[in-house]
This record gives sequence, structure tokens and C-alpha cells, in this order.
Amino acid sequence: MQPGELPRTVLPEAARTAFVRMRGITKSFYGARANDGVDFTLQGGEIHALLGENGAGKSTLMNVLTGLYQPDSGEIAIEGHVRRIASPADAIEAGIGMVHQHFKLVPAFTVAENIHLGWNETPFRLDPASLAARTQALSDRFGLAVSPGARVADLSAGEQQRVEILRVLARGTRILVLDEPTAVLTPAEVRALFAALRAFRADGNAVILISHKLGEVLEIADALTVMRAGRSVATGSTAGASRSSLARLIIGDTAIPATVARNETDVPGAQAVPLALRGVSVRDHRGIALLDGVDLDVRAGEILGIAGVAGNGQRALSEVLTGCVRPDAGDVLLDGDASGPRGAREFADWGVGHIPEDRLRTALAADLPLGENAVLRDYRGDAAGSGPFLFPRRLARLARRIIDDAAVNLRDSRIPARNLSGGNQQRLVAERERRIASRVLVAAYPTRGLDVGAVAALHAGMQALRASGVGVVLISEEIEELLAQADRIAVLFAGRIAGILPVAQADAERLGLLMSGQVLPEPVS
Amino acid sequence: MSVVSGLLSNALVSGAVLALAGLGELLAERVGVLNLGVEGLMALGAMSAVAAVSGTHDPAVGVLAALATGAAAGSLFAFATVVARASQVLCGMALTMGGMGLAATLGRPFAGQPSAATFPVLPIPLLDRLPVLGDALFRQSLPVYVAFLILPLFLHWLLFRTRHGLALRAIGENPAACDAVGMKVLPLRFAYVVLGAAISAGAGAYLTLGFVPSWSDGVTAGRGWIAVALVIFAGYRPWRIVAGALLFGFVGALGYLAQARDWGIPSAFLGMLPYLVTLLFMMLPALTGRGRVAAPAALGVAYYRDQR
Repeated sequence: MQPGELPRTVLPEAARTAFVRMRGITKSFYGARANDGVDFTLQGGEIHALLGENGAGKSTLMNVLTGLYQPDSGEIAIEGHVRRIASPADAIEAGIGMVHQHFKLVPAFTVAENIHLGWNETPFRLDPASLAARTQALSDRFGLAVSPGARVADLSAGEQQRVEILRVLARGTRILVLDEPTAVLTPAEVRALFAALRAFRADGNAVILISHKLGEVLEIADALTVMRAGRSVATGSTAGASRSSLARLIIGDTAIPATVARNETDVPGAQAVPLALRGVSVRDHRGIALLDGVDLDVRAGEILGIAGVAGNGQRALSEVLTGCVRPDAGDVLLDGDASGPRGAREFADWGVGHIPEDRLRTALAADLPLGENAVLRDYRGDAAGSGPFLFPRRLARLARRIIDDAAVNLRDSRIPARNLSGGNQQRLVAERERRIASRVLVAAYPTRGLDVGAVAALHAGMQALRASGVGVVLISEEIEELLAQADRIAVLFAGRIAGILPVAQADAERLGLLMSGQVLPEPVS
Repeated sequence: MSVVSGLLSNALVSGAVLALAGLGELLAERVGVLNLGVEGLMALGAMSAVAAVSGTHDPAVGVLAALATGAAAGSLFAFATVVARASQVLCGMALTMGGMGLAATLGRPFAGQPSAATFPVLPIPLLDRLPVLGDALFRQSLPVYVAFLILPLFLHWLLFRTRHGLALRAIGENPAACDAVGMKVLPLRFAYVVLGAAISAGAGAYLTLGFVPSWSDGVTAGRGWIAVALVIFAGYRPWRIVAGALLFGFVGALGYLAQARDWGIPSAFLGMLPYLVTLLFMMLPALTGRGRVAAPAALGVAYYRDQR
């Protein structure tokens, strides 16, 4: 034994009482080390934030802890006892439960069925009424409101998350792992989640929270560990930490990108309106209005922010603006003309880029290689081939350039896109769409799941587009982001534009009123 | 036996083959494995049943032989698709072609001869005296009762009324979710693919010990494929599979009747009827626009855990 190294069987006092102690965890994918000798310690009764850039190895580490991945080396001790966690079943037995970033629910099943799935306390004979009653009892006991008979496919992201958490807690979990739990939640849902987490902690349990939102981390976490490039680089208490000190730890010694401020100068030709909606309505297959008589101008050389609680028509709006969906009523005007391009491809050729909200399902072909995903917008052009033929080497060269510009951390363009971490998928899509957006870029929640550095890079990219005379539509739930980036902010509520404010007249309070469907006390121009 | 009674009885007998094969396929598809080898499994079961009864003269032994053969062939298929995660479509095709070829080769000594034993009729007391229906419904052999009553009743209860059934259905929908809550995805998939294959082979045993009853090359006549279609058409529900099987049996029986009575319809066309009806029924839900059949979401997709 080398000096300074701890003997394996006799752990020091602090480590023995630790809920979780991971030592030297290493895990590689395709030869790339996602975790490289990571140490991580979790005490009872604490909320421990796990921070790091996209691809720093946070999710991998937690998947090792919950038995989904087997580490190449390293050991895990739960309450002082070294254990091998060979499967999720072992993790559950050890009291560890995880709520994944992409929910692991069966969409076709009801809430009650999902809660009782694979649980040894589920009665052998299933009867919908008793399952519903048991689910209701659990819901009351843990203070998480769910409707037992509803189909999971019909629930909002926040409701689905409550189902996941309830399922995990019902199995007697003492260590709850949450992977970016607030990314898809509305502010009210975040408050409810945090209240539930505090109650959970008060019972002596522990929470591991993976998050990019440093404000939230400082608000709720007691301790934190920072990961960078597959290693844990700092660990300690959140007391005395600030957003900027955390950001520096996360990004490392490289220069911290300055927060990109709005460019106040006007862009020449800014009066032009490349894309406009006139009385646009969109209905879903049940005939329910998603957009209801929307008038909107996207001006050249401006960033138009779209505020609103998710689910108020944002998806339909972005699909109408990019030609994916044709309105049931009203007109989409391109340069003032309603008879121009039709359909997503013609819109794209005309110069409309689109960063959709669900990148894995609507922006990427997840099983195709990275390189082919990178050239999805260009494969028909001369840069990739000629006539009906594709030239693989030209294609590869083009893909290489896009991937490099996107600063994606996986360098091999032959790896399937689904193997990228969520943030890197987003970077790739953002870069691909930025390239074709010669007139308009429509970006739905483009910073969701991105780390601080990537957010700054993305904002800088949008400001550069604005400066070159492109109209940018930025759909976001984060008022701070909109106030910092946008020139005008339109608020969506129940499929209608509740109001449009120049940013000089907008503040969090006024936007909040509009977002909740109330009318502003004074008239707005 | 009146005409109606005969028609119904015939429909039950020929429908029982489809019902059994379809219920076996249902088990595999519900856990997310598309087994296109039903035709081959039926041929293997049909041949091994005939071979087993030729020595023993006991239909029960024939059924056991068919089940065992089906389970063995099913294990091979399950190993390839569930454990080694090879293409389910290709492995299914291979099972069909290999099974039919193997059955034809091994069954040559018995080809064309009547089976040495058949299933005895098992009348249900009292009910069999009912007018018209009594003869048709309650004077059948045991496999018919199993196919139309006992097995669908059991499978419906298992799938929709038990904890175990919830697990099975969930594995066909989202294996990653099942894994995350600690269920053993691959062992369960393996077990139900094997069980389903055994039942499908059992359908072959009823074909050659009850319905036809003799073995010849090609005796399965595409019934395995109809069973696969039936499962989809029935929306992956046991009772509807059985009802669909009865309908197909009825169409087939109608063909025989028309031939016997000489209705003047070409026999080639009558022979085509079941297959035409299959096509029609597969298109029907799509054409009417409603009842889009919800297949298990993970059907045909191999499951990998340790991969992002």
C-alpha cells in the first residue's frame, strides 16, 4: 500500500457514514473516457449538486451508480459497505432511485400501471380500481399530485416527472438521483419540485441533482461536486459559492466567455419583414386550436423573443414559421407574399433555419452517423455531390467542417447521433441550422440542456445573425434570457399573442402578467 | 348434421389451427419480438406429432412431441434474436424456411399416410344435445376447446389481470423503462418467445392429428403467415385473435361447402378466399381511418442496456 492511500476495507469515520462513496470510477465508450477515475461522496441529509459541462461525464457517473452501466474499474460503497451494483435491481435494493433526463415511463400505460411496474409490492392480481387507490394513497403520502387513471402519453413533462419521482420514492428510495429535472418544468412546477425535495431531505434522505442552472443549484443544494472532462475537479459546500465562481470551476482555466449582451445598434434594412403571420390558426387532430388568429412580424435584423409557459402554442408556432405545418386559417407571408415557398424544404431553401424543441426526435435521425446528420440540410447541394450522385469524400469533408464548427465533443463522424450527450446534440443542430438561416432562424428553447459556455456561444451566434440582417425568433421560457437577448418580446398565451413589448418596456413583472393570461394595466403599443 | 351445423363445426376445426398459432405468436409479440417463423414452427410441430403417434398411437404424445420441438426451435430463435440481437425479420424467415425444409425431409416416411392416431371427440354433457349448436360447438376434440376457450381465457387473464402480465406488456412497450425499475428484460423475453413458439408448433400438431389429419409436405399452406396477420389485425388481444380465427375458419369452410355443393365458383378462387380475406382485413383499419392498431412500441427492436 502506498503512503496516503486508504486501505479498502477499513474506511475512515467520515466515509463510513457517507451514504455513497464512489472511488476511481472509470468508464469508456468507443475508446473515449466518459469517466476517468472519478471520486464522489454523498452524505445523508444533503442535496448534492453535480455540475459540469455537456459531456463532462455526469450522467455516465450516475448511470454507473444506478447499475445501468458497469464501470471498467472503481468501486462503490453504500453506507460504508462496498457493493457491486450489477443491475438497476441491485441499485433499487440499495435504496438508490434515479429520475432520468429522458423519462423511463411506458407512454401507453396509465399512471397507476407505471407506478406499479416491476414492483414486488404490486398485488399479483391486477385490478384497475385497487391500483388507482394504491397510487392515490402514495400520491397523498409523498405530496406529489398525480391522476392515477390518466395515460402517461397525455401528460405534460412536469406531470410525467412527478410520476417518475413517485415511482422511485414508493420503492423506499433513500438516495434520489435527478438528471436535469428542471429543464422541462415551468417555474411553478420547479417550486413544487423543490418543496418536495426539501421535505425528502428533512427525513434524512439524500438527493443528487444534476443541473446546469447555477441559480437553482445555489438555491437548493447543500454541497456540490464539479466534473470536467470525465474527472471530478472540485467538491465542497455551496456556502460562499457564487454563480461566477461556479462557472469558473465548470469551464476551467480557459477564458470564460463574456455574457453576450444585446447589440443595441440598428441593422441596415431592419424595416424589412421577411416572415409574417396574418390571422394564423392551427388546430390539432381533435380540432382543438393550438394557435388562434396569430399576427406576428419577424423583422430583419432583430431578435424576436417568444415568451410564455410551455404548451401555449410554441410548438405549433415554430412549425408554422418554418413551413412544417400549414395553417388551417390565415396566411404565412414570405417577403409579404403568401404564394411563395410551401413546405419545410422550400422554406429551408428560401433561408429559414429551424432548431426544434425535441432535437432527438425531430431534428436528428438518431441512428444515423453524426456526419450524415450534420449534412441533412446540404446533401442535395453541390457541396455534397452532383445530380443524383453523392460524393462520399465531399460529404465527409463538409460534415467534418460542420462538426468542427459545432464544437461537438465526439470527433468520430461515424458514431450514431444518439450517442452524443444531449447538449452536444443541441450544438450540432444549432450549427447546422445557423448555416442555412440566411433570412430567418426559428429557435425553440435552443439553450435547453446547454452548459454556460455553450449558452454564451449560442447567444453570440444569434447576435451575429442579427447583425447580418437575419430575423431571429427565440422561443424561451426563461425571461432573463429573453430580456438579455431580444429586441421585442411577444407573449404567447393559450394560442394567442397576449402582447408584444419592445424590450425597453418589458420587465419580468409585466411579462409574468401576460404569461398568466392577464391584461396589462396600461395600453401597450 | 344440418348444413349450418356442419359449416360451423368445420369453421371451428380449421379456425382452431389459426387460433392456436396466433395465440403463440401473440406471446412473442407482446414481449416485443416479431417471430415470422410461425409457418416453419407449425410445419415442425405437424411433422413431429405425426412421427410421434406413428409409434405410440397416442395423440397426447404427439402434442408433447410438437410442443418440445417448437420449444427447441424457439430457443434457437430466441437465442439469435434476444441474446445475440440478430435481425428478428431475417431470423424469422430463416426459421420458416429451415423449419419447412427440415419437416419435409424428416417427414418423408409418413408423407401422404393417414395419421396413426387422431384426437377423440369430447362431447360436453347436456350442452351437446342443443339443437344445431350442440353438434357444432360441443362435440369437438379437446384442442378446439383449448383454442377457443381455455387458452384465450387464460392469456387474457394473465396479460391484463396480473402483475406478471403488466410486466410482459411493458417489456414490449419500453424495455429501457422496465430495466430501470429492475425487471429482467432479456430472460422474460427469452422465456415467452420459447413458450409462444411451442404453442405455435402445437397448432401444427392439431393440423395433422385433428384437422387434416395426415402429414404431407406443404400441409401448413401459409396458415402460419395468416396467423401473423391475424395477431396484427386483432390488435394484439387474445379474444379478438380467436374471433378472427373463427372468421377465417368460416371463410375456409364456406369454400369447401361451395365445392361440395357445386355452386359454380371455380375451386381455385374458393381456395384463395382465406388469403384474399386476409388482405382485405389488413387494409380495413387503415382505410376506415379509425382503430389504428397500436402495436407494442418496442416490437422488433433489440434491447441494449450498456449503450448510449
